[in-house]
Amino acid sequence: MKPVTTITSPGVPLLRDNIDTDTIIPSREMRTTGRTGLADGLFAPWRYTDAAARLRDPSFVLNQRDAIATRLLLAGQNFGCGSSREHAVWALAEFGIEAIIAPSFAPIFKGNCIRNGLLPVELPQAVVRRLAWQMVRIDLPTQTVSAGGESWHFDIDPEAKAMLLEGLDAIDLTQKMKSAIARWLGVDRRRRPWVYREDTK
Amino acid sequence: MGQTLFAKIWDAHRIAETAGGASLIAIDRVFLHERTGAAALRRMAETGRTVLDPARVFAVMDHIVDTRPGRGDGTLMPGGEGFITETRAAARAAGITLFDVNDRDQGIIHVISPEQGIVLPGLTLVAPDSHTCTQGAFGALAWGIGSSEAEHAMVTGTLRMERPKTMRVTFTGALAPGVTAKDMALALIAAHGAGGGAGHAVEFAGEAVAALDMEGRMTLTNMATEFSAMTGIIAPDEKTFAYLAGRPHAPTQFDNPYWATLCSDADASFDREIVIDAAAIAPMVSWGTSPEQTIPVTAAVPQGPERAHDYIGLAPGAPMAGTPLDAAFIGSCTNSRISDLRRAAALLKGRRIAPGIRKALVVPGSLAVKRQAEAEGLDKVFEAAGFEWRMSGCSLCFYAGGEGFAEGSRVISSTNRNFEGRQGPGIRTHIASPETVAASAIAGVIADPRELAREGAPA
Repeated sequence: MKPVTTITSPGVPLLRDNIDTDTIIPSREMRTTGRTGLADGLFAPWRYTDAAARLRDPSFVLNQRDAIATRLLLAGQNFGCGSSREHAVWALAEFGIEAIIAPSFAPIFKGNCIRNGLLPVELPQAVVRRLAWQMVRIDLPTQTVSAGGESWHFDIDPEAKAMLLEGLDAIDLTQKMKSAIARWLGVDRRRRPWVYREDTK
Repeated sequence: MGQTLFAKIWDAHRIAETAGGASLIAIDRVFLHERTGAAALRRMAETGRTVLDPARVFAVMDHIVDTRPGRGDGTLMPGGEGFITETRAAARAAGITLFDVNDRDQGIIHVISPEQGIVLPGLTLVAPDSHTCTQGAFGALAWGIGSSEAEHAMVTGTLRMERPKTMRVTFTGALAPGVTAKDMALALIAAHGAGGGAGHAVEFAGEAVAALDMEGRMTLTNMATEFSAMTGIIAPDEKTFAYLAGRPHAPTQFDNPYWATLCSDADASFDREIVIDAAAIAPMVSWGTSPEQTIPVTAAVPQGPERAHDYIGLAPGAPMAGTPLDAAFIGSCTNSRISDLRRAAALLKGRRIAPGIRKALVVPGSLAVKRQAEAEGLDKVFEAAGFEWRMSGCSLCFYAGGEGFAEGSRVISSTNRNFEGRQGPGIRTHIASPETVAASAIAGVIADPRELAREGAPA
C-alpha cells in the first residue's frame, strides 16, 4: 500500500448528508470479483444522465472542469453509510481520490478507507463547507488541514495513522503476533470448546 | 462497577494490544457471501495465504442468485454467474463450509446463520455485509466489515479494532397490536438520526425487547447499521437458548454456567442511554431517501431536504397514507422469516392486491423458511392474493442490474434501505413492516395495517 503523508488538492464539495455506498458504487456497477475497473461506475447515478450510455451530467460536481484532477472530496455527515461494499473505496481510489473530509463517516466505510490507503478526515461541518474549491493541504504527521491561511487540527486513531503513514499491510502486521494468537486459542479451546465445534456432535 | 454485555464479550476476546494501541480481537466465526466474499477469497488465493481454521468459516450464495423456480448458477445480472462460480471454487479450495445455490439449507446469510446454529451467544462473528449486526439478536458480538477485513479475519483469526463506546436503547412498556420490531427500529432511527449510533455498540433492552420472539429481535438488531452503530446486541435469555439448542452447529444444551453470565450487570454504565416508550410507537413508513426520513403511517410528510422530496415525489404536508403504489416486496434479511410471512399472509388471506400493483413479490429468507411456509399453505395464500412466490435470496432488496421493478415505480417494501436507486434507477422505496406492505398492497396505496386487522377476515 502506498504510504500517505501529505495531500494537496482543491476540495471538491459534495456536501449532502448520508451519502450511501449504493450511490458511490451501485451494485450493478460491480461486475467482477476484482478490485479494479470500478472508477467509471463511481457515483454513476449522479454522474451520468444515462449510466448505461455513460452520458455525463454536466451539473454534477465531479464533471466540472475544476474537479477533474481532484484528489480531495468534501462530503456531508455519515458519508459512506449503507452497504459494507469495499468497492466504494476501491472506486474512489481508482478515480484518484486520496482523501475525504467530512463531519463524520459510517464505520465500515471508514475502516475500508484505512485498509486501502485512503485518508478519512473528520472536521466540523462549518469547516468542511469553507474548504469548498479552496486549495487544501492535509498533513497527516501533524494531523492538520490548512487552506487560505487558516489551519485546523483533526483527530485520527494512532493505529490508523501509523498504518497510513507507513503504508502497512494489516495482515502482515498481525501475522507477527501469531504466537500470541496461538497461545490464546489453546486456552480458549479448553474454556469454550463449543466455539471450535468439538462438543456439538 | 458492573460490566456491560459488550464489555464482557470484548474483554474475553482481547488477545493483545497492538503497537498502535488498538486491540487484537479474536474472531470466532467468519461468514461470507458471493458478492463481497468472493473478493476476499480471491485476494487470499492471490497472496498465497490460507484460512487459519476452515471449520469456523462459512459461505453462502444469496446476494445475486436467481429467485425464480428452477434456478441454477445463471443470473439475470450481467456477470452475476462469475461471482457464484468463483465463490464456489474458492470456498472449496479453502476448505470452508459452503451453502450452495440449491442446497436445502441455502438462504440469506443472516437468516441461515441462526437456523444452522452458527451464531451463538458470546461469540464474535463478522461478515463482509453491513447487516451482520442482525445476529447480535443472539447475544453475539456480530458486525459488518469490508472484504479486506474479512480476509484478515480468515487468515489470522483476529481483527485489529478500536474499542467502540457503548449505548443502551431501552424500549419500555408493550407494543400496541399491529406494531412490530420493524417499527421499533424505524422509530429509533427517525428520532435519533441515521448517524445516531455512530461510534457505539448498541444494546437493546427493556420489556418490549424481552417480549419479542427471536425473529422480531433479529429485525430490530438488523437495522443497527442503518443507525450507523458498530452493532446491536440483545442479552440471551430462555428464548435464545431454546431457539438454538440442537441446531446443526450449536450445542445440544446450554447448561454451562457461562451462558448465564452473558448479560449487562445491573450496575453497568453505558456511555449513552436512550429510552423509548414502546406503547407510543405506531406503524412506521419511510417517506424519503434515508431511513431517518420515516414517520408514522398516520402522519403527513414533514419538511425535509429538497433533494429527498424531489426524488421521492412527495411534497411536505402530503398525507403518508393514501399515497398510490406500483409494487410491493416482502423479503430481505430484515423481514423474510416465517413469522414475517405468517403475519403478512394473515392479512392477505381471502383478499387480492389492488389492480395498480403491477409487481408483488414474496421472497422467503431461506429454503427452510420456504418449506415451512409451504407446509402451512402460506404460498397458496400469497399466490391467491396476487403475489409471486420465490426461491430464497436477497432479491430486490437491491438492484444488481438483472430483475427490477418498472422504471419510476413506487414500492412498499419490507427491506431496510430506501436510498435513491437502491431498488433500481428512479425507484421510490418506502420501507415498512410486512404487515404494512401487505395492507398497502391490498389497498393499492400506503395503508395502516391496523385498519385491515380490525376488519377481520373477509367473509
